[in-house]
Amino acid sequence: MKKKEILWGLSIALAVALFLSPFASSWPDGLEWVAEDQGFLSKGEGTPVLVSPVPDYTFPGIPNDKLATSLAGILGTLIVFGLGYGVACFLKRRNL
Amino acid sequence: MHVPDGFLTAQTWVPAWFLSAAGIGYCMNRAKKAMQDRAVPLMGVMAAFTFAAQMVNFPVFGGTSGHLLGGVLAAVLLGPFAGAIVIACVLVIQCLIFQDGGLTALGANILNMAVIGTMVGYGIYRFLRGRSGDRRRILFGTAVASWFSVILASGACAVELAFSGTSPRHIVLPAMLGIHVLIGVGEGFITTLIVGFVLKVRPDLLHLLPCQNGRDGHLGQGNATLNRPGGQS
Repeated sequence: MKKKEILWGLSIALAVALFLSPFASSWPDGLEWVAEDQGFLSKGEGTPVLVSPVPDYTFPGIPNDKLATSLAGILGTLIVFGLGYGVACFLKRRNL
Repeated sequence: MHVPDGFLTAQTWVPAWFLSAAGIGYCMNRAKKAMQDRAVPLMGVMAAFTFAAQMVNFPVFGGTSGHLLGGVLAAVLLGPFAGAIVIACVLVIQCLIFQDGGLTALGANILNMAVIGTMVGYGIYRFLRGRSGDRRRILFGTAVASWFSVILASGACAVELAFSGTSPRHIVLPAMLGIHVLIGVGEGFITTLIVGFVLKVRPDLLHLLPCQNGRDGHLGQGNATLNRPGGQS
């Protein structure tokens, strides 16, 4: 992949995070739906073992929900790109 | 189907951590050996895209939603080992930064989606695709395998819930499989669309295509069929 193509690929991912993620369905996912139906959803609602900096894909301190989700998406996409690239470099035993 | 803290007891999540660590360790070993230069940025891009796509829940029916898992998509492009590693990277960041999936359950989530969903899903893709480089067979294999990957991951998740005593197996297993049969249709649709697009514009980005180092030379004449639409690459 050439540099230009990497930027293209990353841009597509960022565009999905920026423009599509705020319009994601807020309905429960398959597991949450089953958990609710079977009455064990509350078991997962205690204090989490680790408190995350950006819980539920909502960037803290942003009053607009959609913008907060977009920003969280951009942040996550960039971090995951870095991690994926970094792990790949490690596997390739190449310098970052 | 990211399992939060609290759904699984220690007798489930501890072994799941070990199993997923062993699985990802094996993947790293195998990926290391087969790693090509072109795969380095592609792993970053696929991880980024999978993360973004997983944020976009689509409505399924009756108030339920699903989102792309992306395991088969990553594996079709990167192979099963690098593909599973990409999904594991996504799950780690989702857990640590976004509280999507619990830290105790991270092992189980990696086991279900990265190890079982991605690698077994890829096996189904390879089985259906056979040695053919035919576009229709690649897409058919992609569609069926990505549907199965969601079913397999949800089945594994249900077994873990039952093992933890969270919900009896005869209830949670059919319930999880039943809803994911539908969510899997979305997975198959999106994955096939994207693989179809990649086949059009950059068919050489697919794992096993074209034969670059002779390792995959058995694909033979199929490559000729495939390289035609992507002549500009």
